[in-house]
Amino acid sequence: MSVGAWEAMGLILRRELRLSFRRPDQLLQPLVFFLIVTTLFPLGLSPELSLLRDMAPAVLWVAALLSSLLSVDSLFKGDADDGTLEQLALSGQSLGTIVIAKTLGHWLVSGAALVLMSPVVGTALGIPVAAFGTMMLSLALGTLTLSWLGAIGAGLTVGLRRGSVLLSLIVLPLAMPLLIFGASATDRAITGMSPAGALYFLAALCVFTSSLAPVAAAAALRITLE
Amino acid sequence: MTHDFWAMGGYAAYVWPCIGFALATLAWNIWSANRHYTAALQRARRALAMAASEAA
Amino acid sequence: MWTWFYRLASPPYVFGVTRALYPWLLAAAALLIGYGLIAGLGFAPPDYQQGDAFRIIYVHAPSAWLSLFGYTLMAVAGAIALVWRIKMGHAVAAAAAPIGASFTVVALLTGSLWGRPMWGTYWAWDPRLTSELILLFLYFGVMSLRPAFEDPARGDRAAALLALVGVVNVPIIHFSVEWWNSLHQGATVTKFAKPSMPPSMLLPLLSMFFGFMFFYAAVLCKRLRGEVLNRERLATWVKEAIDTHDA
Repeated sequence: MSVGAWEAMGLILRRELRLSFRRPDQLLQPLVFFLIVTTLFPLGLSPELSLLRDMAPAVLWVAALLSSLLSVDSLFKGDADDGTLEQLALSGQSLGTIVIAKTLGHWLVSGAALVLMSPVVGTALGIPVAAFGTMMLSLALGTLTLSWLGAIGAGLTVGLRRGSVLLSLIVLPLAMPLLIFGASATDRAITGMSPAGALYFLAALCVFTSSLAPVAAAAALRITLE
Repeated sequence: MTHDFWAMGGYAAYVWPCIGFALATLAWNIWSANRHYTAALQRARRALAMAASEAA
Repeated sequence: MWTWFYRLASPPYVFGVTRALYPWLLAAAALLIGYGLIAGLGFAPPDYQQGDAFRIIYVHAPSAWLSLFGYTLMAVAGAIALVWRIKMGHAVAAAAAPIGASFTVVALLTGSLWGRPMWGTYWAWDPRLTSELILLFLYFGVMSLRPAFEDPARGDRAAALLALVGVVNVPIIHFSVEWWNSLHQGATVTKFAKPSMPPSMLLPLLSMFFGFMFFYAAVLCKRLRGEVLNRERLATWVKEAIDTHDA
């Protein structure tokens, strides 16, 4: 009984989600981390909402970046440790299929959750409600791109000692353009200007990464698993 | 080598450190590459010596 | 026609060729850089806008070019090694990385010192400067990833893949001054039809570019010899090669 690629993707995705929800504490940790990091800035800088508003986009995005890095570390680690990854690789499905399914599963429980939480955090940082649409759209595109970049990094560093530090070192430079345009989009929306240009660029980055990252991450896994 | 040359039109504090950085980096590259090669050579000699003594 | 390419894949051949080339490359570099510095610093007329500060270009522009060229070389060598399984590619990539990174630092530092009198600031988060800084981080990433693996061959392949992923940044750096409003000036030397510099300024600059390239090639030769030795330590040709020559 051979399974088609789409079927396999659906199966692996469902497995990812089921496993994630079985460990709700692990699910919530990156989200709590996101909340805590965003709290650090008002505490460290100033509680004045008018001042916070200026740096709100940056704070939001840096927190999302760090939180995403934290959770993507375990993208392949659990399966690599107990041998499931090798079984999946030997299953006859292409590694690309596996990577796509796992990464989407990861994004749904981390990035998408961040997007849903962002209005709460945005309010705490003084972002006006009018900017929420742009903020959430930019975060959605951005966290998805981050998940793809994280998948490449995770594929390269799974099984390495101190792999988490290396993962950050690898992914953060690649994510910098994302940060620039994501923060810019939200910033423009806050000040009342049109965020369209930055959003288009974010969307382009997302499409570009979504098409090439699975190839790169699959190649990375192939190198690690050989 | 007039005073004007060293003064660089008032920009000496910027121009000369730049030239210095660049030349220092060139020197570092040569030194580092040599060190890297010598270390590799020593390791290779040691490995060959161990292989020879094992065979003996 | 391809025999020269196949020979480049042979470690003993490369080991011999690099030994022969090194002194000549270094000598050519010394001559070109020497002329470039003397003519550029001492004899080129001062710029009507920037005065004598423009002379920083004689080290800044070649370094920046080498930082980009070096990364591209590293990525291409890694790609050749990954796709055609030519292990020499990994050796070249490993040798190229630290050289390119050092020139990225020079480009950033000299650019910073040039920016202070020209733009009033040591640093600006504009597209070209930012993407050059990202390039430095990418170099560090590749250089940290390679030794992290217990199996060196696996480390080589992982580093090659990472270098390829990061090579997207190189055209961004190059075209950033065209795509975005940037403090940084546009291309100076690539407009061959109507160069914006008079020959007395341009010739020393070209000499510096070529001198730096020869220098890069020379240092690459030296590092490559070390990399080849590290990877081929116990091969049969090594014993004779290092016995007959002292270096």
